[in-house]
Amino acid sequence: MVHFTADEKAAITSIWDKVDLEKVGGETLGRLLIVYPWTQRFFDKFGNLSSATAIMGNPRIRAHGKKVLTSLGLAVQNMDNLKETFAHLSELHCDKLHVDPENFKLLGNVLVIVLSTHFAKEFSPEVQAAWQKLVIGVANALSHKYH
Amino acid sequence: MALTQTDRALVLALWKKMSTNVGIYTTEALERTFVAFPSTKTYFAHLDLSPGSSQVKAHGQKVADALTLAAHHLDDLPDSLSALSDLHAHKLRVDPANFQFFSHCLLVTLARHYPGDFSPKMHASLDKFLGLVTSALASKYR
Repeated sequence: MVHFTADEKAAITSIWDKVDLEKVGGETLGRLLIVYPWTQRFFDKFGNLSSATAIMGNPRIRAHGKKVLTSLGLAVQNMDNLKETFAHLSELHCDKLHVDPENFKLLGNVLVIVLSTHFAKEFSPEVQAAWQKLVIGVANALSHKYH
Repeated sequence: MALTQTDRALVLALWKKMSTNVGIYTTEALERTFVAFPSTKTYFAHLDLSPGSSQVKAHGQKVADALTLAAHHLDDLPDSLSALSDLHAHKLRVDPANFQFFSHCLLVTLARHYPGDFSPKMHASLDKFLGLVTSALASKYR
């Protein structure tokens, strides 16, 4: 089980409290689809993904990004209990969505980069490290129920 | 995954903008790598890794010079990085998985210092460029 120190939790929540879920979520998902175009395989029915501009301006991608980031909020509130918190979502991603867990790592790292652009000053190496720990913890929790 | 003309133009534009400061960013990226991915420190037991270390700074500059060389030799990366490939394969023997940690931390660093330039396309082109450099470095491992 992952253990977060008090400093790590503080580093995470200090950034999280300032995150605009739609803006950051939309940007994170959009960048994932642009930087790793094969991830578009899960979004065939989401409309126009024909260019970087189309992707970043696509309202359905933005909305879905917000949804994903809202779930990440669950992680922030349950850092000591990630596997249980994401058990249901793990089953969903395996059984219904058929998402390769590798994608969770890709998304986590894109999120860290997006946070870095928006919170440049606060995003010290220690703050980044706490976030890396969180995103890998979430990726592992989401993979946990795969079979 | 080859670099398109757009990729090359974007990478070179950022390199031009960074000018002689590439070393500052690669040093910060190294510091971030050591803090976020502590297993990477196992390759640097011989260096002082404390914050502000002049040894890390010197190493950062070496990496900067190599990346700058690579950025200006995008047509023949394997050839221009040949000596470094040999070094990493036979002497340093750094597990290639670690190059990804450093590449990611370099993207984090560039993103926070050049937010206006770090468009999704720039992000993609840089990621590709670093991926190609990494492949070239690991090309002689076995």
